[in-house]
Amino acid sequence: MSVIQVQRKPLTFAERTYLPQVFGGLMITLRHFFGRRVTLEYPEQRPEIAPGYRGVPTLVKDPNGREKCVSCQLCEFVCPPKAIRITPGEISGDGPSAHVEKAPREFEINMLRCIYCGLCQEVCPEEAIFLQNVYSVSGYSRDELVNDKEKLYQLGGTLPDRHFKWDKKQAAASASPIAHP
Amino acid sequence: MSSALKPADLITVTIDGREIAVPKGTNMIEAAQVLGIEIPHFCYHSKLSVVGNCRMCLVEMGLPALDPATKQPVMDPATGKPKINWVAKPTIACFTNASPGLHIRTGTPLVRECREGVMEFLLVNHPLDCPICDQAGECKLQEQATGYGRGYSRYIEQKNVKPKRTLLGPRVMLDDERCILCSRCIRFSKEIARDDVLGFIDRGSHSTLACYPGRKLENNYSVNTVDICPVGALTSTDFRFKMRVWFLKTTPSICPESSVGVNTEVWSREGVVYRITPRRNDEVNDTWMADSGRLLYKQVTADHRLREPSVDGTTVAGAEALAQAGALLKAGGVAIVGSGRSSVEEQFLTRKLADAIAAPAWLVSRVGQGDGLLISADRNPNVRGALVTGLIKTVPEAELTELAAQIAAGKIKTVVSIGEDLTAAGLGEAQLNRIAIVYLGTHANATSAGAKVVLPTLTVFEKAGTFINQQFRLQRFAPAVPGPQGAADDLVILAGLVEAAGGGALASDIDGLWTTLASEIKPLATVTYQNLPATGLLLDASDFSDLPFPEDETLHFNPKQ
Repeated sequence: MSVIQVQRKPLTFAERTYLPQVFGGLMITLRHFFGRRVTLEYPEQRPEIAPGYRGVPTLVKDPNGREKCVSCQLCEFVCPPKAIRITPGEISGDGPSAHVEKAPREFEINMLRCIYCGLCQEVCPEEAIFLQNVYSVSGYSRDELVNDKEKLYQLGGTLPDRHFKWDKKQAAASASPIAHP
Repeated sequence: MSSALKPADLITVTIDGREIAVPKGTNMIEAAQVLGIEIPHFCYHSKLSVVGNCRMCLVEMGLPALDPATKQPVMDPATGKPKINWVAKPTIACFTNASPGLHIRTGTPLVRECREGVMEFLLVNHPLDCPICDQAGECKLQEQATGYGRGYSRYIEQKNVKPKRTLLGPRVMLDDERCILCSRCIRFSKEIARDDVLGFIDRGSHSTLACYPGRKLENNYSVNTVDICPVGALTSTDFRFKMRVWFLKTTPSICPESSVGVNTEVWSREGVVYRITPRRNDEVNDTWMADSGRLLYKQVTADHRLREPSVDGTTVAGAEALAQAGALLKAGGVAIVGSGRSSVEEQFLTRKLADAIAAPAWLVSRVGQGDGLLISADRNPNVRGALVTGLIKTVPEAELTELAAQIAAGKIKTVVSIGEDLTAAGLGEAQLNRIAIVYLGTHANATSAGAKVVLPTLTVFEKAGTFINQQFRLQRFAPAVPGPQGAADDLVILAGLVEAAGGGALASDIDGLWTTLASEIKPLATVTYQNLPATGLLLDASDFSDLPFPEDETLHFNPKQ
């Protein structure tokens, strides 16, 4: 293959002074003083997070304050980087959620492992785990970046519920003549 | 099974156009299974009587048409084969036994429709609380709803409400809403456990499983009902909400509870054992095991587990403890108390140790009451292993009186105890104060507390080995979980002691040791650890036939035969 030698055009005098480029650049900067602002003063100002954003996974409660997770461990199973670790437990006694029977005793999500894929949210049969709008995670130690149950509920808060599945079950049980405790 | 029968006893049936020869009377679910054809079922269990109340195994059945005049099969001119009269309505496969010329079809549109219909009715009142149900992952209802159900529900009415969280007994929890009324648990209690406490009360869709008033499901076989429950109606209180079954890894093992040698499966995750279930072995335990054996995994993490080697009560490195033990062995005057709980390999090494220092060896007897089913009178799982390997010549005595006498006479200065508590075996304070004890074991007891050298070893769940059960069946177990850090494999410690005592270097890994075992022990000549069948290997017991073994009759074992 033949080689084509490209001759470099010699610079003009104006170009050699470099001043047109300097002023051209300053003009662009000047134009942005008057245009729409595109940056935020992070972290004081925070961006608006679009719905469906996959932030930090959290646990949520239903509007009645009942913890929705029943520790079925499907998220633990499906989690590709094995970031989730659940210790299941029984809801004992006769509290308001006793009919649900099962709740996590411990629920840990290791944010050093989490890849924000959202499979846990997708697989959850109780709609208890959601990747919400928290996107910035930092800590001083590895332990600090393992979110425990308390932290997860604190991050998750309460979300609206469409089903109230367990409340309906409880209502059916109390209305039934044959369900003795 | 069929290989033992003469071909004349076999009859040919046709399932989905494929012929198979089975013994007369074989039911169609089993026959289809041999061909690899699955007939879904809930209530049928191969070890229980057939009741046919779930209707899931409906199939089409037909028999060769007979000429009314000649009673000869009518031939179909098109195919040259007998003409089949198909029964107009579906039949349940579990109650259909093999008869000459029987034909069944399991994949026709009618059968598919039947299964969809049965599944739909079963799911009408099923609560579908799989997220909180322990059976999820090993639930026949889940599997068959996926495999044979219609995939969606047409039921919009209110589901039945029934009692949940009912304790049937100390180890079994009942959720009546999940129950599909298959009656397996009732039949098990009546036919196998011989404790007829369960039954259905009320009628129709209000039917519920219940205990007889004033009784509880508390026999020592109650958790088997949990195993055979096809749904999550019966759950084990011990395993309840502990871990999902899909996380658990199964390891084949042998129950060390008694000389029955129940085949088990150990379910573990990340080094923690969560439960033990029976493993099917039609020659030993069928598909059952005792509740007491299921709890033995708790010894793995017991508080009194020995975790550090020690000399005179102070923790030392394993090598130093072994050296101290070796020095005691070389000093002479040694006796060895072996164990019927050790594996065959460990007993072989124990014998090698005894041979190396010309020490007398005994075994501690552990005789209780047999229950006639799966717990025998001999609570040592492996006394026969000690006989086969030559560690002992006769069945162990109730107490170590001979050893006590020799200690009193001053002949014995050191006793090596392989996990046995000498005080429980009949040695008193007076004798123990006169000897130094080398204790190899898993758990602390009075003997380990007073021992000069303590070498922690592994439980049956943490090591590989074999037991010889009361039938002289050699069965192997595999390690399910790793042992504690300070404990070493029994084989390593015993091989180390043999070497320290001047008995030469022996292999301390299971495969290497088996080459020695096979060459030195005649009944084991053809065996290796790897080639041992999953159901065990029956050894020639004629050399020991006149020994007074304590066992009475149990399932699949009769000492008089």
